Amino acid sequence: MRGLLQKYLQEPFHIFVGATSLLRVHNEATGSATHSESWQTSFDMNPPTVISARNLTKTYGELTAVDNISFDVPAGESFGLLGPNGAGKSTTMKMIGGVSQRTSGTLNIMGLDPESHGPEVRAHLGVVPQQDNLDEELKVRENLIVYGRYFGLPLSYLRPKADELLEFAQLTDKANSKVDALSGGMKRRLTIARSLINEPRILLLDEPTTGLDPQARHILWDRLFRLKENGVTLILTTHYMDEAEQLCDRLIVVDKGKIMAEGSPASLIREHSSREVLELRFGSERNSLIGVELQGIGERLETLPDRVLIYAHDGEAALEQVSARGLRPMTSLVRRSSLEDVFLRLTGRSLVD
Amino acid sequence: MTRDPLTSGPPGDGAAKPITTAEQPLRAHPPAVSAARARRWGSFFYAEQVLRVMRNYGWSVVLYSVGQPVAYLFAMGVGLASLVDANSESVFGGVSYLEFVAPALLVSAAVMTASGEFSYPIMDGFKWRRVFYGPHASPLVPQQIASGHIMASTLRFLLQSVVYLAVVAMFGASPSPWGWVSAVVATVAALSFGLPLMAYAASITQDKGQFALVQRFIVMPLFLFSGTFFPLDTLPWAVRWIGWISPVWHGTELGRVFTYGMDENPLLTITHVVYLLATATAGWLLVRHQFVKRMGS
Repeated sequence: MRGLLQKYLQEPFHIFVGATSLLRVHNEATGSATHSESWQTSFDMNPPTVISARNLTKTYGELTAVDNISFDVPAGESFGLLGPNGAGKSTTMKMIGGVSQRTSGTLNIMGLDPESHGPEVRAHLGVVPQQDNLDEELKVRENLIVYGRYFGLPLSYLRPKADELLEFAQLTDKANSKVDALSGGMKRRLTIARSLINEPRILLLDEPTTGLDPQARHILWDRLFRLKENGVTLILTTHYMDEAEQLCDRLIVVDKGKIMAEGSPASLIREHSSREVLELRFGSERNSLIGVELQGIGERLETLPDRVLIYAHDGEAALEQVSARGLRPMTSLVRRSSLEDVFLRLTGRSLVD
Repeated sequence: MTRDPLTSGPPGDGAAKPITTAEQPLRAHPPAVSAARARRWGSFFYAEQVLRVMRNYGWSVVLYSVGQPVAYLFAMGVGLASLVDANSESVFGGVSYLEFVAPALLVSAAVMTASGEFSYPIMDGFKWRRVFYGPHASPLVPQQIASGHIMASTLRFLLQSVVYLAVVAMFGASPSPWGWVSAVVATVAALSFGLPLMAYAASITQDKGQFALVQRFIVMPLFLFSGTFFPLDTLPWAVRWIGWISPVWHGTELGRVFTYGMDENPLLTITHVVYLLATATAGWLLVRHQFVKRMGS
């Protein structure tokens, strides 16, 4: 596996082929259960579905956390759930992991229902929870070994594997430190390393970079991208649009438990937003007043408390029109449309409050 | 079989060199094997984790196990006993005060350790550091996490009781050849008290200092009014019921039967055994129920 990883890291343009051959190696080596075999046979032409949700619903008393959502994830895809806090992303993740019972609908992971086959489903998964729950009293390396024991993995495998994963997570020099001594970003990387101890083909990541500084986020994204290149299916929740854009092949935008839109980041932006956005600030008092005077510029106008957004194919041209009307914003910025704009368009609200 | 130029010897040298493990790619066994092993051995896997964590404070476990009995036995069995024995030996069934008090201290110590192992670590697992949710994302199920914690704790109670008993024996306070059974009795008494406490701890969602209250208003009265330092029937009827419901009393009386052959109605002896086993079993069922309720299936 290590050799293959290095090989594909050197050939980044063979991601899909790489994933295919890796999966074949994996299945030949393991001779895994029947559902995995049927999974593999159709892979070369058309990646099989590894996760399938139909009309998935979860209610807590009066509150509907997940409201009738359906989606499919093919093997090797990096699939995101983008939405604000409380949108139902984590609840969906818990149902996939079989640790939260659904209220209605069907869910299928590798051909198995996580409710009736919790241990079998979780044996396929690597899980990175929203809150780190490492064994703080154990050493860094021991955390990996202990976790591997839950999968019944022998120490003869776990000892070298732990070292390999520590290297992957850039934590080799911390192997014998207590978890307490790690920074937030290091703990997150250790949690990811821990989730890989059983060589899962599906990795669930719940808000993987929340609370991390920009540098730590970039290191983490790099590690996740390597896994993606290695053919691991990533299921990722996030409320960071840049994270979704960086990591997701396809995503669903979720709000109040419902799917608002589905597609690749580029197609969502194309479909729901303009090419560019002109951001103008006239001061918090004047933004809403001036909105009226900006009517007609660009394709669409969005007035927020702190700024005015003009959606236009050509942002610079829109800015010239603003100046031509004699309006002088305190600051102006032309940028590409992002998923934030998609979310704003679909829900009328920002992703991060 | 094709020859691998990197791992086999030069052509014509006869046998190929053995392939070292370092050159073989590491492979985890298939998920189906993980799931099957976890279903069968999951409780042991989690117990291993708890024991590894305990190993970190192994010295304090050992010192607690040895230091506490030595201190108590010296204070009660030597200091207090010199006064008590000088006045009346008949109250204590014809044995020395040290012999009388030793099994009680053995059981009380195990119960006190249980009050620690089955309270704060449970809150830690569910709420503070959420350590139970790590294994819950693996093939383990909540019942196995609970039983793993219980198994590791039981081992600790047993080891502690054996050490305690060894110290007691050195003081000459366990004359019967059946004395060793009292270490098992102390362990069962610890579970009889500890498992209902663990179920309660698993039901707490907000920390409002409940465990401090448990220590002060349950553990301490049980320690003091369970026939520990004086026979239960010397207490007024109004408080004697504390002993009857107390695992410490049932365990202590049973311990006395084994360490110095206390003369007791066999029916009462059986009652002690049944009571301890019944409360431990009921506690275990409640623990399972609470863990599943809290974490899902």
